[in-house]
Amino acid sequence: MKINNVILRAVTKIVVFIILTLAVFLFLAGHNSPGGGFVGGLVLASAFVLLFIVFDIETIQHAIPFDFKKIAALGAFIAVATGFGSLLFGEPFLSQTFGYFDIPIYGEMELATVTIFEAGVALAVVGVVVTIILSISEDV
Amino acid sequence: MLSVNLVIIIPFLIAIIIPFINKKLTRVHIGWIVLLVPAGLFIALASYIPSIASGQTFAHTIQWIPTFGVNFTTYLDGLSLIFGLLITGVGALVVHYSIYYLSSKESLNNFYIYLLLFMGAMLGVIFSDNIMVLYVFWELTSISSFLLIAFWYHRKRSREGAQKSLLITVTGGFAMLISFIMLYVITGTLSVREIIGVIPDHTDHVLFIPAMLLLLLAAFTKSAQFPFHIWLPDAMEAPTPVSAYLHSATMVKAGIYLVARFTPVFGGDAIWFWLVTGVGILTMFWGAFNAVKQMDLKALLAYSTISQLGMIMSMFGMGSAALHNGYSTDSVIYTQATFAALFHLVNHSTFKGALFMVVGIVDHEVGTRDIRKLGGLVTLMPATFTMAAIGSFSMAGIPPFNGFLSKEMFFTVALNIMELNIFNLETWGSLIPILGWVASVLTFVYCLIIVFKTFLGPYQEEKLERPAHEAPVGMLTGPGVLSLFVVGIFFFPNILGDYLLRPAMNGIFPEFVEGLGVEIHAWHGFELELFMTIAIVVLGTLLFVTLRYWKGIYNLFPETWTFNTLYNFALHQLEEKSYPVTRFYMTGFLHDYLVYIYLFFVVVIGGTLSYTGAFSFDISDNVPISRYEWIIVMVMMVAAVSILFAKSRLTAIILNGVLGYSIAVLFVLFRAPDLALTQLVIETVTTVLFLVCYYFLPEWKKEDAPRRSKTSNAIISIGVGTVFTTVALAVQNGKLFETISGYFENAYELAGGENIVNAILGDFRAFDTMLEVVVLVIAGIGVYTLIKLKPGKEDKNVEDQ
Repeated sequence: MKINNVILRAVTKIVVFIILTLAVFLFLAGHNSPGGGFVGGLVLASAFVLLFIVFDIETIQHAIPFDFKKIAALGAFIAVATGFGSLLFGEPFLSQTFGYFDIPIYGEMELATVTIFEAGVALAVVGVVVTIILSISEDV
Repeated sequence: MLSVNLVIIIPFLIAIIIPFINKKLTRVHIGWIVLLVPAGLFIALASYIPSIASGQTFAHTIQWIPTFGVNFTTYLDGLSLIFGLLITGVGALVVHYSIYYLSSKESLNNFYIYLLLFMGAMLGVIFSDNIMVLYVFWELTSISSFLLIAFWYHRKRSREGAQKSLLITVTGGFAMLISFIMLYVITGTLSVREIIGVIPDHTDHVLFIPAMLLLLLAAFTKSAQFPFHIWLPDAMEAPTPVSAYLHSATMVKAGIYLVARFTPVFGGDAIWFWLVTGVGILTMFWGAFNAVKQMDLKALLAYSTISQLGMIMSMFGMGSAALHNGYSTDSVIYTQATFAALFHLVNHSTFKGALFMVVGIVDHEVGTRDIRKLGGLVTLMPATFTMAAIGSFSMAGIPPFNGFLSKEMFFTVALNIMELNIFNLETWGSLIPILGWVASVLTFVYCLIIVFKTFLGPYQEEKLERPAHEAPVGMLTGPGVLSLFVVGIFFFPNILGDYLLRPAMNGIFPEFVEGLGVEIHAWHGFELELFMTIAIVVLGTLLFVTLRYWKGIYNLFPETWTFNTLYNFALHQLEEKSYPVTRFYMTGFLHDYLVYIYLFFVVVIGGTLSYTGAFSFDISDNVPISRYEWIIVMVMMVAAVSILFAKSRLTAIILNGVLGYSIAVLFVLFRAPDLALTQLVIETVTTVLFLVCYYFLPEWKKEDAPRRSKTSNAIISIGVGTVFTTVALAVQNGKLFETISGYFENAYELAGGENIVNAILGDFRAFDTMLEVVVLVIAGIGVYTLIKLKPGKEDKNVEDQ
């Protein structure tokens, strides 16, 4: 079955960037307003899923040459490893901390270690979602 | 000096990075890198010797779950130091030996990862002060040794041996967990040191004896004591470096460590004394008796290990009698049993490690370990012969080797123990030296078998796979160093005694400060012990020469009466009997499984809640429902009912999507943007996932179920729906526990985040989130493997060989 999806493709090319930007925004905004690692990761994954649906799998895999299984594993590793990071400072497992720093251009900003943890969550979510969808849709 | 916590963690860290190093390293054997770990740790631990010898101890705590008192606390005293030095020292030699033993064609990655995991777990067992942490490491040693024994997993015997050791040692591990929980109930603390401190006030507690028995079960299974010894000979299917490591220095000694560590807790009790001593002496006899009949050198060594472990165990049991009368000076004379036990522990690690490596060399060079095929290797492998002779004669208890000293001390202790007027020793006590002496005679016989049948007699080249020649120097280094220790300890035993054994005694008997330093003498005059040794040599030589005349007695004992048969029978019956039971409920129909789940839900959850009276609800003070909420709920209800009557899958999926999006809108109405956002994206992704899945499914057919199953389905669905609704309505009233809704109110001060949801996810309940992520990844891997990995051609090789 061959369907005419020129409009869908044209729209997707633009929309994907908007979705990706939104994903990054959601991820970074998570500390103080709605968002966070889980949602950010999901939005990121849905952008990839959209690409896989609209274009074919080979094209996208050529354009985004990541092994999403490894990304999932890396995410879980980061999430667990940040827990051990706090042990080095004599704090209980998974303690997080935060502070305010003066950064050029942006001015004073709040930086929190929880962001690294959230990054692990986001990577794991992206990796798992894309892995599952890819492996199911490839299996014919 | 290196913190002891780090000593435990380092092997695990290196194990993680081994695959990455191995990829980069193509020219050099990865073992050389791994060798740095035990060698470095050995030096680090050795640097503690002077301060430990002067009476210091080191404790270091990393908080883990401080609320429950579970902390990663390490405690370094004389006792744990001895074990630590053995694990890292013998570990270094074993790794060095394995570099020559395993060719790079083997999966070295796996081997060294397992070995390092095992090393870390063992170090964790001996240094942990917290019993929960100790338990975790204890089970980790079982799992990692399972992986090591099954290293050549394509062999059926390896898999079976690994399974056997896992089943037996993990059973013991569970017993230990229960024992530890009982100890916590009795004493209210999880720290071994604190338990030792408060236990004298609690010895009449009703759980004291059960806790002791369960702890002993753990120790006996791990240390292969009678009748749990059957796993050790089968564990010999592992590569020889593993056998040398697991069975000379580490895993089997974990049980001995446990007995030694908990002697101050339970020692002094008659049950403890008789169980540890009795089982130990019985194991010593039974192991030695069975070792003589073995034809495989490694199996012979396995039984000899069982026997020697029994001997060490029995000495610890006899030493515990010192605690019977409290801390008085009269008791001090019995502590020399413990001293002898520790001494023999070190000696055994040296000579048995060397012997295992020697047997590995013989196997590696000529291709067989069967003593019926071996013989006459002395001229071809002189260095190997020398080491085998040193190790064997030390085990047999002959001067000038260290085994002589500890065996003499064993006799002294066994003879003295009869004079104790406690625990019915005046009647049964005489069995101890008799059984010990008979076992020693048999020990002498099998030691002669190792040396003479392998290295003397006719050389039968036609029976060997390869013509014999001397092993490379690298392979000889490990057993060589250990043999040097065997001789060195004989001539300078008191260095070991003063610097390692005496501090270890202080660890076991913390209250006996004075008079614990036992001097070791090679010559102690014409005492009864010496005559016993002379009698062993004379009788043992006679028995060895006449071996073929009396070997028939082993046939008197039918093979079907062994514990192995019992184990196989039990395992077989378990599989046989559980099969029909499993078939009964695992029907293979999704419908049946759903029925089980729903019935369980309705009966257990619904039943419990109505029994406890949780189903009371009161809607009088609820917030009024707004117009928008009415509309959305109506939409949801219509969508939900429509799903039941949907004609195609696509319609059903889309209706399901309507439900999900409506919930998201509800979240928006309830001012929960985080949840709404997540729900929206999740709904999108699941809808896509459903569509992708259903693309491959056949057309939806209307099921034509019989009326009876339709009725039962309807009853079950209505039941589930009712329970769910009632639970949802009753939730706000059922306050069984104290409310926890306030703990995140100061999120901004504590976590620096204005978004409370994320502060909970990332800061307050980060452990949940972390595990959820791990579960998610595991689920992803599960889906991937289910779909992608189909049995290929190479998997057929993993059948029975």
